[in-house]
Amino acid sequence: MTFTLPAFTPAIPEMFVLGMGCFILLVDVFLSDRHRVVTHWLSLATIAATAWLTVTVAENAGLLTFSDMFINDSMGNVFKLFTYLTVALTFLYARDYFNDRNLFKGEFYVLGLFGMLGMMVMISAHNFITIYLGLELLSLSLYAMVALDRDSPAASEAAMKYFVLGAIASGILLYGMSLLYGATGTLDITRLGVHIAEAPDINIGVMFALGFIIVGLCFKLGAVPFHMWLPDVYEGANTPVTLYVGSAPKIAAFALFMRLLVEGLGGLRAEWRTMLIVLSILSMAIGSIVAIVQTNLKRLLAYSTISHVGYILMGILVGTTAGYQAAMFYVITYVIMAAAAFGIIILLARKGFESDRLEDFKGLNDRSPWFAAMMLIVMFGMAGVPPFVGFFGKLYVLRAVIDAGMIWLAVVGVIFAIISAFYYLKVVKLMYFDRAPEGMKPVEASLDMRWVLSGNSLAILLLGVLPGPLMALCARVITF
Amino acid sequence: MVQAVIFIVLAAILIGSALGVISARNPVHSALFLVLAFVTSAGLWILLEAEFLALVLVLVYVGAVMVLFLFVVMMLDIDTTTMRQGFVRYAPLGVVVAAVVVVEIGYVVWTRKLGVTFGTPVTHAAKYSNTRALGDVIYTTYAYPFELAAVILLVGIVAAIALTLRRRPGTRSQNPAKQVRVSAKHGRIRLVKMPSGRSRGGEAP
Repeated sequence: MTFTLPAFTPAIPEMFVLGMGCFILLVDVFLSDRHRVVTHWLSLATIAATAWLTVTVAENAGLLTFSDMFINDSMGNVFKLFTYLTVALTFLYARDYFNDRNLFKGEFYVLGLFGMLGMMVMISAHNFITIYLGLELLSLSLYAMVALDRDSPAASEAAMKYFVLGAIASGILLYGMSLLYGATGTLDITRLGVHIAEAPDINIGVMFALGFIIVGLCFKLGAVPFHMWLPDVYEGANTPVTLYVGSAPKIAAFALFMRLLVEGLGGLRAEWRTMLIVLSILSMAIGSIVAIVQTNLKRLLAYSTISHVGYILMGILVGTTAGYQAAMFYVITYVIMAAAAFGIIILLARKGFESDRLEDFKGLNDRSPWFAAMMLIVMFGMAGVPPFVGFFGKLYVLRAVIDAGMIWLAVVGVIFAIISAFYYLKVVKLMYFDRAPEGMKPVEASLDMRWVLSGNSLAILLLGVLPGPLMALCARVITF
Repeated sequence: MVQAVIFIVLAAILIGSALGVISARNPVHSALFLVLAFVTSAGLWILLEAEFLALVLVLVYVGAVMVLFLFVVMMLDIDTTTMRQGFVRYAPLGVVVAAVVVVEIGYVVWTRKLGVTFGTPVTHAAKYSNTRALGDVIYTTYAYPFELAAVILLVGIVAAIALTLRRRPGTRSQNPAKQVRVSAKHGRIRLVKMPSGRSRGGEAP
């Protein structure tokens, strides 16, 4: 057989991240603890350079390479750029937190970069094999990062739960993929789409496979009833790791939904819509109602994630271009808000004090008016109060749902949005109308963290005032 | 005909041993059943003319992974009685859930055609080499997933080292360099000059 070298250009960002990940791994071994900050800046420089490379190779958008297993399209490139942004935010916020706790290890950065590589592979996947491998690369890095704080029993427990449930979910996803291969004889996304569109009737094997694939994907995204791992992992892991787990992987999981359900199984839209309606309503309900009784802010944010996942699924299940665009807008803005929310928890935490209970936020306005205002922006944004960007995320999704004629679903969405507003407003009330407990110190943080966190929070306001450009970007890249 | 008989025998053993893995009381027995399951599925793969994969399955999974697994299982002090606590309590619920799932799947499958046509496996010429066929594609068509699998292994190594390698203050360990450098003159024997005499009533000398 003759062998032609595949085109490497579209995958240059991936190769660069891999190379730099290995390089940082080696450099870190020779660094003393005093110079560990070199790893930190090197990782950030890597992400910046990767972003530049991604923009540069974006010229070749729509290029398949590596025997059609890799796709470089503009939708993927936009997803990747937002993934880089959130991973970079995670690294920036994490430095002081780990420094204070003698956990400032190079492994966090190396695993973070490899996890980012996994997300890039998922986003660019055009074949079941690469989807699965990218997902495993990401998941394995996440399990290890959650377990990294070995002295904390909560972190070990969270990692164990995450690992076991994640392995089962991967198995289910893989089983669905193998059934689909058995029924259609192809692993390629485009060819699968063609096969399903041309099939005279839907056979039961494909339907089985669809069920398994949706279960696997919804586990990774954290939709009810596959959400059990989420609150425990969010609460047990160190806050920077929670930030990592809770932000960028959502973008990658959404990309998988687009590739697998929309591109690959788009012909079965009527079938998966019914499944997703159930999952979406359940996610919004559990996420909104159970969060009310939480006393731990990280747990509360976990349930808030679950309810946001409900809205994201709502955008996908509409099955129209406008719906996908709205869901993409929602994912991106949600990830920015989540990064800011966990960033503020990290900012307030100190050695021996995690600041993740709701009562730790009492009277934050007296301690630091500026960051209380930032938290206010984040909470209002998540609740969907105009003019913050969360409002537009919900608005676009609900409009797409109404345009598709599912008014009852939009009504359900609005009802749960109002219920969930209660606990976001509770945090605001604690910050502004309660007195701080005795002995709370004023907020201290390094200069770069203050600036970046403020920028991150103000972005929620800015995107809310001017949602047009981001929505136009989503509209440009999603053309299904 | 012969092949069909071999297939049925191997498949029966495979299903039986898989059931054994989850039903054996002793974890060591479970692990051994898993070994049996691997060996019989390797036999099935040989029937499909995938002899390279079959051998790799035996060599890697049976020879390396499962042996390690057995070591770990034997090292762990698993108290099966505590693990079984609550089994009777939760058993009825579990049976109900399992029955519902079985009925649902059965209903769906039986009421409609499965729609998948099962062809006979492709037979190859006598000179066919499965190893060669794999070698033709694994570094060419599948080079990208192959590299990704390598990266996953690398992450596995990094994760394992990051989670297990650390210096705990309480543990005692040898320092070979220090042991080699030791000499009788420097540090090993210390001569202490003590004034001779009797210790007084009970105090240490």
